[in-house]
Amino acid sequence: MTSLPALPTPKKLGLVIDLDVCVGCHACVVSCKEWNTGGYGSALSDQQPYGADVSGAWLNRIHTFEIMPESGEVVGEAGEARIVHFPKSCLHCEEAPCVTVCPTGASYKRLDDGIVLVDEEKCIGCGLCAWACPYGAREMDLAAGVMKKCTLCIDRIYNETLEEVDRVPACVRTCPSNARHFGDLADPDSDVSRMVAVRGGIDLMPEQGTRPVNKYLPPRPRKPLAAGTSSLPKAENTDDAKGFLAWLDGMLDRI
Amino acid sequence: MHPAFSIIVFTTASGMGYGLATVLGLGLLDPAALSTKLAHVLALGLIGAGLVSSTLHLGNPQRAWRAFSQWKSSWLSREGVMAVVAFVPLCISAWSVIFEDACLDWAGLIGSGLSLLTVYCTAMIYASLRSVDAWHTRLTPACYLLFALAGGTLFASFFASAGESSAAHGLSATAIALLIAAWVVKIRWRRRLKNLTPLSNPESATGLGAIGRVRLLERPHMTENYLTREMGFRIARKHAEKLFRLALIFGGAVPIVLMVLCLLPGLSGGLTALLLFVAVLSHALGILLERWLFFAEARHAVMNYYGGREQDLRAV
Ligand code: SF4
Ligand code: SF4
Ligand code: SF4
Repeated sequence: MTSLPALPTPKKLGLVIDLDVCVGCHACVVSCKEWNTGGYGSALSDQQPYGADVSGAWLNRIHTFEIMPESGEVVGEAGEARIVHFPKSCLHCEEAPCVTVCPTGASYKRLDDGIVLVDEEKCIGCGLCAWACPYGAREMDLAAGVMKKCTLCIDRIYNETLEEVDRVPACVRTCPSNARHFGDLADPDSDVSRMVAVRGGIDLMPEQGTRPVNKYLPPRPRKPLAAGTSSLPKAENTDDAKGFLAWLDGMLDRI
Repeated sequence: MHPAFSIIVFTTASGMGYGLATVLGLGLLDPAALSTKLAHVLALGLIGAGLVSSTLHLGNPQRAWRAFSQWKSSWLSREGVMAVVAFVPLCISAWSVIFEDACLDWAGLIGSGLSLLTVYCTAMIYASLRSVDAWHTRLTPACYLLFALAGGTLFASFFASAGESSAAHGLSATAIALLIAAWVVKIRWRRRLKNLTPLSNPESATGLGAIGRVRLLERPHMTENYLTREMGFRIARKHAEKLFRLALIFGGAVPIVLMVLCLLPGLSGGLTALLLFVAVLSHALGILLERWLFFAEARHAVMNYYGGREQDLRAV
């Protein structure tokens, strides 16, 4: 049914993405495609994979943004510009507009864990759900004519044939800088919920009223480069020396 | 938004078809006249052609029947259900006019009501999407309904004059009023579009607005993808202005002038019908342009992740 669950789902499984540590390597993008092209539903097709105009369906993509502090045109004028790598996959929204617009019942939100899925047997490929999602998290598979989206790797996270350490989404398992975390955001004591609390995790486009489950951890404030130089310990200054080093410092001073 | 040809043809054809069916359902035309019978066939034909055209862009049209199931939440499903439900009284009323030379008032009136409801559902598919600022307004269904009614009345006035019915003049006068109303609302719709502040921007889309102004540095990939093809369509503003003026001329000014001419006394019946026929064609062309712009000028929130703001600046 494309009506949303009436009650909040007991679990809210989702991802927490740390924009402070993502290095934009696209490893999660590739491992997502790799896992999902052989997993749940039809393969993720590409069109003209070896031609000049390559395109295809991907469930996770990395954008890179540059952020200029307000009123700063010249580097360093109003603070320093930052570059942020920005992974984006389905946010498994609580008020998912992509689900309610679906005419066939193919799109649905699971009652127990809140994962938003497409039943490819029912999907007619009308594309309305992709229009309804403000985040661009859904892409049509042009070969199969059905809508594709992040499944939160449902065929990994509950998969008892995998070792326990592998029962997390492919993107999370792959990320070399640990920028993606998986867990239950309904449980305030879960690692992901604590991360969100400590780091001030945010919703994307809260004004769209979708109430995303996935949260993003904003980049930590950065000290200006100039501030860093003054705090470098000077070679001549031994005031901070403690313990053995303080003793050595005193001894060497005396001889 | 990408103006898909099949969807534009669908909303134009089915809009005019439902509009004509609505007016025919009122039983103003002489059921014995050949032109009235043809009008009923044409209304059903336009509606049917529109519906067939709307399935052309589906990835799996063979499962289209499933789209009748989710009417509780989905406007697209409601549109499908209403289209089928409306067909029943419309066919009964057409049958009685074509084969029995009689208007069935109850079937006609129910058909009229359901026709308008179907047009409303079509419009709400777009108006309910918060992700597209241009469409997310009550003015969207108002435009769709008024254009359907105006086009239908204009069409009916042509069939009335071809059948030398006394209702022709009244229908023309009503069509003039409806056309003016439709374009007044449409112009308000477009003024809203031009003045609106987008609900979302690159800052809220990335949550990075606290640091400063956000600008796309690198797309996820070099080539186009489904999202940029589907939602990234941009039209230069100067072209949009020109096209809108053309839509207004073909869809509004020309039919109004022709209908005013027809209201003048002393015109022969044949000439009146011919002028009204040209008015109908011109109106249909204008509405095709209007529907094309309805998509081409609408901006989707996802473009905030694809350098939408910079793209806007370049498209001016
Ligand atoms: S991110 Fe988009 S596709 Fe995913 S649940 Fe939210 S609205 Fe639906
Ligand atoms: S494309 Fe498929 S999943 Fe999306 S709204 Fe249409 S039928 Fe539903
Ligand atoms: S959870 Fe799985 S499907 Fe979703 S983005 Fe990660 S790898 Fe892809």
